[in-house]
Amino acid sequence: MATVFKKTKMLTDVPFHYCPGCTHGIAHRLVAECLEEIGCEGNVVGIAPVGCAVFAYNYFNVDIQEVAHGRAPAAATGVKRTHPDTIVFAYQGDGDLASIGTAEIVHAAARGENITVIFINNAIYGMTGGQMAPTTLIGQKSTTSQQGRTVPLNGNPIKVCEMLSTLDGPAYIARAALCDPANVAKAKKAIKRGFEMQMQKKGFSLIELLSTCPTNWGMTPVQATEYVKENMTKQFPLGVFKDIDKESK
Amino acid sequence: MKKLMKGNEAIAEAAVRGGCRAFFGYPITPQNEIPEYLSKRLPEVGGCFIQAESEVAAINMVYGAAGSGARAMTSSSSPGISLKQEGISYICGAELPCVIVNMVRGGPGLGGIQPAQSDYFQAVKGGGHGDYHMLVYGPNTVQEAVDIMYDAFDKADKYRMPVMILGDGMIGQIMEAVELPEMKDPAAFPKKEWATDGTGVGASRRIINSLYIEPDVLEKVNHRLFDRYKELEENELRYEEYLVEDAEIVIVAYGTVARISKSAVNALREKGIKAGLLRPITLYPFPAKAIAKVAAEANVKKFVAVELSMGQMIEDVKLAVNGAKPVEFYGRTGGNVMTPEDIVEFVEKEVK
Ligand SMILES: Cc1ncc(C[n+]2csc(CCOP(=O)(O)OP(=O)(O)O)c2C)c(N)n1
Ligand code: SF4
Ligand SMILES: [Mg+2]
Repeated sequence: MATVFKKTKMLTDVPFHYCPGCTHGIAHRLVAECLEEIGCEGNVVGIAPVGCAVFAYNYFNVDIQEVAHGRAPAAATGVKRTHPDTIVFAYQGDGDLASIGTAEIVHAAARGENITVIFINNAIYGMTGGQMAPTTLIGQKSTTSQQGRTVPLNGNPIKVCEMLSTLDGPAYIARAALCDPANVAKAKKAIKRGFEMQMQKKGFSLIELLSTCPTNWGMTPVQATEYVKENMTKQFPLGVFKDIDKESK
Repeated sequence: MKKLMKGNEAIAEAAVRGGCRAFFGYPITPQNEIPEYLSKRLPEVGGCFIQAESEVAAINMVYGAAGSGARAMTSSSSPGISLKQEGISYICGAELPCVIVNMVRGGPGLGGIQPAQSDYFQAVKGGGHGDYHMLVYGPNTVQEAVDIMYDAFDKADKYRMPVMILGDGMIGQIMEAVELPEMKDPAAFPKKEWATDGTGVGASRRIINSLYIEPDVLEKVNHRLFDRYKELEENELRYEEYLVEDAEIVIVAYGTVARISKSAVNALREKGIKAGLLRPITLYPFPAKAIAKVAAEANVKKFVAVELSMGQMIEDVKLAVNGAKPVEFYGRTGGNVMTPEDIVEFVEKEVK
C-alpha cells in the first residue's frame, strides 16, 4: 500500500497537549516538515516561548531551549552567535512577542539576526486563560476586555509584520493564516522560505501565523477558523511584507 | 611583566584569557570600560560582542549562548543588574554556567555613580525569584579581580552555575599594576555534552529548561542545586585573616573596603589597640565557620562590620557570631567612601 501521509521525523512521538482544534499543532507540524525538507536534521536549535507552546521542547526533535517570557529572540541571538552555521528558530505567541518581548523582537530584526521566528498570533493570551493580547481585535472579548476591546481604553492591535518590515534588517517577513487547507499550504511555503533565507545567511525572517484559540475564544474549532478567515485577516492582511531577493530584482 | 591597567579593562582582558568568547551588555556607569574593551578585543580572538538593546536582552543572550556551550558573560552596574534578575534566576534554574560582573554603584533607584556595596543582599541571597545562589566573589585589588575572573569560567563550568564578581565601583576605576595570566587554550576546555549545539536528535536531543511542572521533580532539582552549594562551601570558600590571632577587635570587611580597613588595623595597632581583619573573598559561600571560630576566641571582644551600605553583610556576620560577641556596624553610603581614619575613630570610640 502506498504511504500517503507520514509524520515528519522532526517531531517526537509525544502527543501534543494542545486543546482540540488549536492550530498550535498545525504550526508545529509545518515547522517540523520544513526543517526536514531543508535537510537540517542534526543541525538545529529551537527556542520555546512562555505561552501555550511552552512545552514545544517536548515536541520538536531538535536541541531546544525553553526561555523567559518574551526573550526568545535574545536567547536565539546568543545561540546563533555561538553556532552561526546552525539553523536557529524561535517560536513565540502574541503576548510573548508583541507585548512583553517587543524590544527583543524589534532589535533582533533590526540587527538582521540570522534566525527564523515563527509568530503565533491567536489574538489572545491562551496559556493564562484568555486575557487581552496586543493583537486582540477591536470589539473582541477577552477576560480583561469583557465588553470587547475598545480603542480609547486599549489602543489598537499591533501589526507586527507591517512594523518590522519598515526595518532594514529583515530578509523575509510574511503573514499567513491557518484557517483552511489552501492557506495552510501557503503558510508552509512561507515558513520554508524563511528557513531558506536563514540557510543562505540573508538575515532575519519572521512568519506570522494567524491562529485559533477555540478554548478562550469560546468557539468550536470550526467557528474559530471561520473567525480567523472573516475577522482576523481584515485586521491582519495576509501576504509577503518583505523579501529582499524580490526587492533586489 | 606587570602592566598598569584600569580595573575594568584588566578584568575584561582576564575574561578573554580565561576563555570568554561571548559578551552581551548594555552601557551603564561605572563599568563601561568592560564592554568598550571587549568590543575591540573579542573579535580579535574570534569571539562575539553584542551591545544589546537592554540588560534584559543581554542576560537572555547570555542564556542562549551559555546554553549552547559558549563561555559567555555580561557586566553591568546596580540598576542594570536589577533588570537582569529574571534572567539570572532562569540561568540558575536551567543550570547554565556564565560570568556576571556587577560594578556596584549607590542606590536605591537611579542612585548615584559612585562606589557602593549596597547590592550585597541581591548578590548573595538570590536577587531574583526562587531558591538559588551563585558563587559570588568580592575582590579587593585589581590583581585579585583579574585572578578571580581568569578562573571564573572554570568554576562556572564545574558547578554549572553563574559566577558573580561583585566589584564595589572602586575596583573598576582604579589603576593598578597587574600581572596578566597567559591565554587559556579553549581546545582544552571540557566538552559540554548537555549544551544545545544543534546536533541533537532523538535520544541525543538536549533540552535547556527551568520548567518543572511536577512538584516532586522541582523539589529534587532544588535539592540538587543546594547540594552543589554545599560543594562550593567545601571547595571554593575563600577568606583572608590579618592580625586576627591576638585581636580584641575584629573588623569584617570585603572588597576595597577591606583594604581601607587593613590600613585602619595597622593604625590602630600603632595606637596600642589590638585590631584584626577578617576579609571574606567569597561572599557566597560566606566564611561563617571561620568567623564563628574567631568569635569563640577569648581574646576577641567585639566585631565591627565595615561596609559601603546601611548594613547588609553584617547580617551574615551576626548569624555567624550567633550572639557570642557583640557586632557593631560602621558604614558610609551614597557613594561616599570612608578613610582609614574614619574607621580608627569609630573603633577607638567602641573600645572606650
Ligand atoms: C514575566 C512573566 N510574566 C507573565 C507570565 C505569565 N504568562 C505565561 S504565558 C503568558 C501569555 C502567553 O500568551 P501568548 O504569548 O499569546 O501565547 P499563547 O498562550 O496564546 O500561545 C503569560 C502572561 C510569565 N510566565 N512570565
Ligand atoms: S488555550 Fe488556546 S492556544 Fe492554548 S492550547 Fe488551548 S486552544 Fe490552543
Ligand atoms: Mg496568544
